[in-house]
Amino acid sequence: MKLTLMIWRQECCKKDGKMEKYFLDNVEEEMSFLEMLDVLNERLILEGKDPIAFDHDCREGICGACSLVINGVPHGHHKGTTTCQLHMRKFKDGDTIYVEPFRNKAFPVIKDLVVDRTAYDRIMNSGGFVSINTGNPKDANSLPISKINADLAMDAAACIGCGACASSCPNGSAMLFVAAKVSQFALLPQGQPERTKRALAMVRTMDEEGFGNCTNMYECEAACPKNISVRFIARLNREYIRARLSEEKKI
Amino acid sequence: MILDAKIPAGPLAEKWDKHKFEMKLVNPANRRKYKIIVVGTGLAGGAAAASLAEQGYNVEAFTYNDSSRRAHSIAAQGGINAAKNYPNDGDSIYRLFYDTIKGGDFRAREANVYRLAQVSNNIIDQCVAQGVPFAREYGGLLDNRSFGGAQVSRTFYARGQTGQQLLLGAYSALCRQVGLGTVKMHTRKELEDIVIINDQCRGIITRDLVSGKIESHSADVVILATGGYGNVFYLSTNALACNVTATYKAYKKGAGFANPCFTQIHPTCIPVAGDHQSKLTLMSESLRNDGRIWVPKSRDDKRPPNQIPEEERDYYLERKYPSFGNLSPRDISSRAAKEACDDGRGVAASGYGVYLDFADAIKRLGKDKIEERYGNLFEMYERITNDDPYTTPMMIYPASHYTMGGIWVDYNLMSTIKGLYVGGEANFSDHGANRLGASALMQGLSDGYFVLPSTIPHYLASNGPFEKVDTSHPEFKKAEGEVQDKMNKIMSIKGTKTPSQLHKELGNVMWEYCGMARNEAGLKKALELIPQIREEFWKNVNVPGESNDLNVALERASRTADFLEFAEVMVYDALERDESCGSHFRTEHQYPDGEAMRNDEEYAHVAVWEHNGVGKKPIRHKEELNYENVKFAVRSYK
Repeated sequence: MKLTLMIWRQECCKKDGKMEKYFLDNVEEEMSFLEMLDVLNERLILEGKDPIAFDHDCREGICGACSLVINGVPHGHHKGTTTCQLHMRKFKDGDTIYVEPFRNKAFPVIKDLVVDRTAYDRIMNSGGFVSINTGNPKDANSLPISKINADLAMDAAACIGCGACASSCPNGSAMLFVAAKVSQFALLPQGQPERTKRALAMVRTMDEEGFGNCTNMYECEAACPKNISVRFIARLNREYIRARLSEEKKI
Repeated sequence: MILDAKIPAGPLAEKWDKHKFEMKLVNPANRRKYKIIVVGTGLAGGAAAASLAEQGYNVEAFTYNDSSRRAHSIAAQGGINAAKNYPNDGDSIYRLFYDTIKGGDFRAREANVYRLAQVSNNIIDQCVAQGVPFAREYGGLLDNRSFGGAQVSRTFYARGQTGQQLLLGAYSALCRQVGLGTVKMHTRKELEDIVIINDQCRGIITRDLVSGKIESHSADVVILATGGYGNVFYLSTNALACNVTATYKAYKKGAGFANPCFTQIHPTCIPVAGDHQSKLTLMSESLRNDGRIWVPKSRDDKRPPNQIPEEERDYYLERKYPSFGNLSPRDISSRAAKEACDDGRGVAASGYGVYLDFADAIKRLGKDKIEERYGNLFEMYERITNDDPYTTPMMIYPASHYTMGGIWVDYNLMSTIKGLYVGGEANFSDHGANRLGASALMQGLSDGYFVLPSTIPHYLASNGPFEKVDTSHPEFKKAEGEVQDKMNKIMSIKGTKTPSQLHKELGNVMWEYCGMARNEAGLKKALELIPQIREEFWKNVNVPGESNDLNVALERASRTADFLEFAEVMVYDALERDESCGSHFRTEHQYPDGEAMRNDEEYAHVAVWEHNGVGKKPIRHKEELNYENVKFAVRSYK
């Protein structure tokens, strides 16, 4: 198939970017979206032009490195799919495809389609863990956990930290990301001792990083390549309120 | 090159405990005075960085990704082994040890493997304590499944994304330390060289992938946990950025490289679809618990799979290996697939594919149960191939997946360079000539959580405190200059081929002559072809743009340049190991039924290569493997 690509090119965060037009012939439908961009990049390199920079690594939909807003939707229109798992059979001959970086104030553009998502790491650094040192914990089976809770915790833990939620949200909120981690630990007995502290710290860091607030638009759930449910946001709200109340009780 | 494995004396089962007690310790107040650099933040690197920081050391961690959570450990799907024996099906530490030695075709070190089996149980406890959501049964206890090469169910899993959950566990432990300020995290920085001062590894040179800046970092100890070199084949199940640069640079600086020809070809990957293919996708070995592998009996059978009646199908693994059947080890299953396809009975458009069929399992267990076990894998398969594995069999074919070879390390995981430790897939230590499924996660975490944090303090206590070295030292400046020269040289060529084209040419040569089956003539041919591609690279590669910028073509070119040198070492190793064992199958050495024929008299050793100049044959050293507990046996899965 033949495609017209409108791709965001930006030298660095300090310079303005713009959309540039590229034509591509012989796109095969078995190609992944990133392989299609590889083909374009190979051509650009042979022409002596700077190839398009984009983040990617595992190409199996699990590392969370790939991003891209495709035709206005983070990771493209194919539901529950990362860009690397989006295949060209989802497009038609003659299509024009718009490709932009993830957009969020907290994700500054580094170059072209590459953005800086270290804000998510900083949220994690503030509380996304169970404080346990490597050592000799008790036998794993001495702590039975109901299958329902374990499965629900796993649903939340499936988050790949790609940033699609914050990129799709009209408010630029990272609530789904934070909710997934807070919920995973709130659902498990291991997470209980730091339950209050974690919810407060992660939400505070999210605000400090410049992410917006949630107004229940549900765009995040629609864009999430791992289909993480907005119900976890409801759980986060509950965790946060609970934490605020119990925190105030101490005073 | 002196290869002292430093295996502790005493009975096998007591070696590690005794060693732990005998190792020296560093006083808690002195720990922060020691700086430890960890390169790579996957299971081994992330776990080691977090655990050493918890003890109080001053740690700096490096990754070329934008976040330590992206390391390729994340892609491991099926599970992690441990000798817990929760299902009461006859498992034990000794059995896990024995299965691993046998699975590795008697080419791994007994003491290391036994320690791995011992530590496996601590790993599960540790990960559960971190909040890793392993699969559970309704009673609330942990669930297990089976993997290839074992007749017990000892594999713990978190749906089809165990690697992700374990990595996120290690990542969260690391985040905690970064938050506490005990680990300094460097993202988007790639190792370009190591620095040796007074015969001791004292730091690294990195390239900042955003600014292109070449930087020096000094330390008292350096840990490489930089993964394997499976991308030497161009197409593999590795992430695209996975490369050999870190371990190859260590080798060039004097670290021995052990068994580079031991490369695992995984039997269940999605077949190649076309020329554009950038990587291959693994379908977890766990699928073989319920999927049955077959090809048509007749060569000309081009009917769609569901029109081929039962009696005209060849379930070749069940036929050839009735006791292990579809769960035969990876090397054996891969070769059997190749054999069927070479015989003209392959499926898929290219003829290089076999069926992995779930029809029977769905009939027996119901679609819901299969979905619960493998839902995400089926979805991934459907996305890539547009076929629905619930209604039509999957098509799979072997692909490069894991490398058992790596930097030679002693029992303490130190390389032949003092102060340079190597963990995870980057070292050679535990898997011999073939790795069993669900053992990579186990080894990565064993090295990272339990071995390195025990052995490095002993090194520091025995040898430290060290003379202060900072990055203004001439050795750092010299190494920085060499790295800058390499980048400038690549940038100046402006030829007519892209780095990927040249990488692909190398990959084709390696797959053809040093892949699933090897022979003397082919390996010699590869030794002629590799230098030609390398020469062309340095004359004809084209990298546009600038080196002091985020330059994706330069990253690729720099990694390819190192693969082009390393590939020769791998081929020499395959050529000089004149036997078949595990993943290393020399067609000259096989039994009449096509099974690998080992030569224990001459090759029951680790081959360790010492660098001798680019383009020159490296020097081969040997570490003899002494089996005190296990007897050599023909590895049979029949």
